[in-house]
Amino acid sequence: MTSDHAAASMTSDHAVDIDKHVRVYITVFVALMVLTIVTVAISRLHLSVPIAVTVALLVATIKGSLVGCYFMHLISEKKLIYAVLLLTAVFFVALLALPAVTHSNGYWIHE
Amino acid sequence: MEIPYTVEVRRDTGLTNGKIGIWLFLASEVMLFGALFASYILIRTGAASWPRGDTLLDVPLATVNTIVLISSSVTMVMAWASLMRRRFGTFRIYMGATILFGLVFLVIKYFEYSHHLHLGELPSTNNFLAIYYTLTGLHGLHVFGGMVVNAYFWGPGAKLWKTNPVWFTNRVEHSGLFWHFVDLVWIFLFPTLYLL
Repeated sequence: MTSDHAAASMTSDHAVDIDKHVRVYITVFVALMVLTIVTVAISRLHLSVPIAVTVALLVATIKGSLVGCYFMHLISEKKLIYAVLLLTAVFFVALLALPAVTHSNGYWIHE
Repeated sequence: MEIPYTVEVRRDTGLTNGKIGIWLFLASEVMLFGALFASYILIRTGAASWPRGDTLLDVPLATVNTIVLISSSVTMVMAWASLMRRRFGTFRIYMGATILFGLVFLVIKYFEYSHHLHLGELPSTNNFLAIYYTLTGLHGLHVFGGMVVNAYFWGPGAKLWKTNPVWFTNRVEHSGLFWHFVDLVWIFLFPTLYLL
């Protein structure tokens, strides 16, 4: 596809889609603002640390998912991008699991 | 030599090279911040006691910064949407707003840092402050880097719009992906450092 053809399709084919997207962006923006207030409000309840961590990370994950899915268009991305992210997620989880493993060994705590 | 697959997509991937490139870069960024988050967990779980973030840090300022960064993500995606609608003037307004929001974020961060430094709270003071400065400092550098790229597309880089609008739109989309990633990192940093 040449640049001109792509530009032409950009205006005709995608114009309606973009209008829909913009409405979604505004909705997501409002949701992110509400969830930010929820995050701060929950922290003021002074829950026990395990519950506070779980709830805070749950809300942050919902917010992050909204940003990823809609602002970064991951909700309708190509398979290759999903494959890259899946591989990244595996290594990321392994990276975060390392402290848990070392903690259970007690190596870092008592050494 | 012309850079291949900037506008047209590759048949094997269904993507432009720029799109693949930015996502691979973001994957490496996930590992960079992931390593620091893992360090945070390790240091915190290994400590005899750990302060709640809100006893040492300014939560209202950080909440404002969260709102500022989320707003900047919306203006960034609206800048891209403006180009998709072929409204260059609107793009300039939204992109300008994105850069401005980034600047506001960094100015607020500057006030936060200077307050701590004034009190003698340095990275060497304790582990909490060490990981706080490391994570927020690295994140701040990313905000600055994103601002530089966005400012380029707002200013001199925008010349490409006249000769190749689709390529320019793609470049702004890729820049936006980085900016949203920076927002995403802050979404996790905010509760982790300030609220827990």
